[in-house]
Amino acid sequence: MKILVFVKQVPDTDDVKLDPKTGNIMREGVESKLNPLDANAIEAAVQLKEKYGATVCAISMGPPQAEDVLKKALALGCDEAYLLSDRAFGGADTLATAYALSMAARKIGDYDLLIFGRHAVDGDTAQTGPATAAFLDLPQITLACSMDVQDGYVICDRALEDCVQKVKVKMPAVVTVTAEINEPRYAKPINIMKALKKPRTVWTADDLGADKEQTGIKGSPSSTKEVLEPPKRNTNTKYFEGKPEEIAAQIADMLHEERLI
Amino acid sequence: MAKEDYKGIWVFAEQQNGKLNNTVLEILAKAQELKAHTGEEITAVLLGKDVSSLVQTLFEYGADEVILAEDPALEQYSARPYQEALTQLAEKYKPSILLYGATSLGRDLAPRMMISLKTGLTADAIDLGFDKDDVFYQTTPAYGGSILAHIVILEKRPQMATVRPMMFDPMEPKTGAKGKLITEKVNVKPDPDVEVLETLPKEDTGDAIEGAAVIVSGGRGIKSEEDLAQLKKLADLLDGKLASSRPLVDIGWLPHEKQIGQSGTTVKPKYIINVGISGSVQYQVGMQNSGCIISINHTKGAPIFDISHYGAVADYKTVIPALIEEIEKRKAE
Repeated sequence: MKILVFVKQVPDTDDVKLDPKTGNIMREGVESKLNPLDANAIEAAVQLKEKYGATVCAISMGPPQAEDVLKKALALGCDEAYLLSDRAFGGADTLATAYALSMAARKIGDYDLLIFGRHAVDGDTAQTGPATAAFLDLPQITLACSMDVQDGYVICDRALEDCVQKVKVKMPAVVTVTAEINEPRYAKPINIMKALKKPRTVWTADDLGADKEQTGIKGSPSSTKEVLEPPKRNTNTKYFEGKPEEIAAQIADMLHEERLI
Repeated sequence: MAKEDYKGIWVFAEQQNGKLNNTVLEILAKAQELKAHTGEEITAVLLGKDVSSLVQTLFEYGADEVILAEDPALEQYSARPYQEALTQLAEKYKPSILLYGATSLGRDLAPRMMISLKTGLTADAIDLGFDKDDVFYQTTPAYGGSILAHIVILEKRPQMATVRPMMFDPMEPKTGAKGKLITEKVNVKPDPDVEVLETLPKEDTGDAIEGAAVIVSGGRGIKSEEDLAQLKKLADLLDGKLASSRPLVDIGWLPHEKQIGQSGTTVKPKYIINVGISGSVQYQVGMQNSGCIISINHTKGAPIFDISHYGAVADYKTVIPALIEEIEKRKAE
């Protein structure tokens, strides 16, 4: 079985600030990390490998430093790593990203399962997985909270709004996983060392045979026109003041007026 | 074809088992504003089998037109047949805007449509509008919600977005409203590679925050599980539910179902009491439409106060026990 796991390097922060002068995102001093749900995707792939035997390939698109998350993927049990890195990939929206990822999947070939984290914490689109599935005309299982394979099928539970759905899909297939699917392991120091010996490949757009009209900014129909700080509202907040008991009494008065108590 | 030749505001009328998703009605309401700006008609696109009874509801909630495509292969949602059907319709009619609910189904289908139609798709928009340059934009929180982005799709059509549930109120239905019904035949087959083995309704633990009328919500400021238990006690006293922002879920004190916000649940209770929550946009977008917002935080400048109707700049550790005592006292009286 060959499993492809798609991982992304994201800023290690929830609190991105805008440069008040330029309106651009301030990246200075912000570290990068592996997108948290991609750790679940790696773990899901490695568990299948341990159970049934598989080759697990980790794939990322990004600048040269995105190599870091691929090294981590290898330390966590992936066997091979592929970095799609080229100026021609820069500024990609989810359409152009999914195009490049699907071209990489085609080049690696013979895949049975493609696993994604449900979403990345930076853009939070949750679109790259299903979009890649569509490029490859594969069936998909989104929001998987469990996964197993059996006789050429992948079987998952999906956690939906009001139900849990058990689905069986013929492989090759795309699965996007939620945080509930597993508890990602930590990389042992020995595995971090071993990971350095595992094969890592860097591919450009030309290596993939990609049509550069479909990659990067050129291949991206959507763009960010404006980035804003969240609007300040004016709600005329009424403040309760005083000692804790006094504040408590005022809140209780208000709750009483609202007939909550 | 020039982008100017694409016309019409389409809303994907998500239904399952013959029941419309409420988000469809919310988007139809928002679409009225877009229509007021462009003058383009609003079309609800309804796929399924034996779902024609929903057509009248769509008219009553603001659709000018309904395109109905029924086929046995569309009875239950499945990604590839739905993608195929909607693609055939969009290619035939060429709408300028195509909106989906950012539900699990909408977010399963819409990215595939992006590939079929080779256009842009904005994820999980919390607002839609036209900017000063007359460009249609979709607002999305990014980087965990600490910033908002206006996403635009300048050249490709349709301009697509998934729209977060609970962001807009549905219109008052106009009983007996009339519209134009177009019945379409689509050429689709069931997906032989996909089988739904079973569907189990989620166990109702009676603890769900979705739909709760009263919520007490704790955040990063909550220092111990004992303190969290106090919030639960307060919630119980008010016949409400306990919820939280992300940090308490991340450290494992509460399950993900309890999380309000961008990566959790959007709630709209009548009353919400925020305790020790600073109020990142990520959190705010999950609860900002609540009826009455009460917040307790020891930092005066906490953003949560900007959207609160009532606030107390105070240490929750003293205020919450005092409040519990006060409520118990009044209940006893």
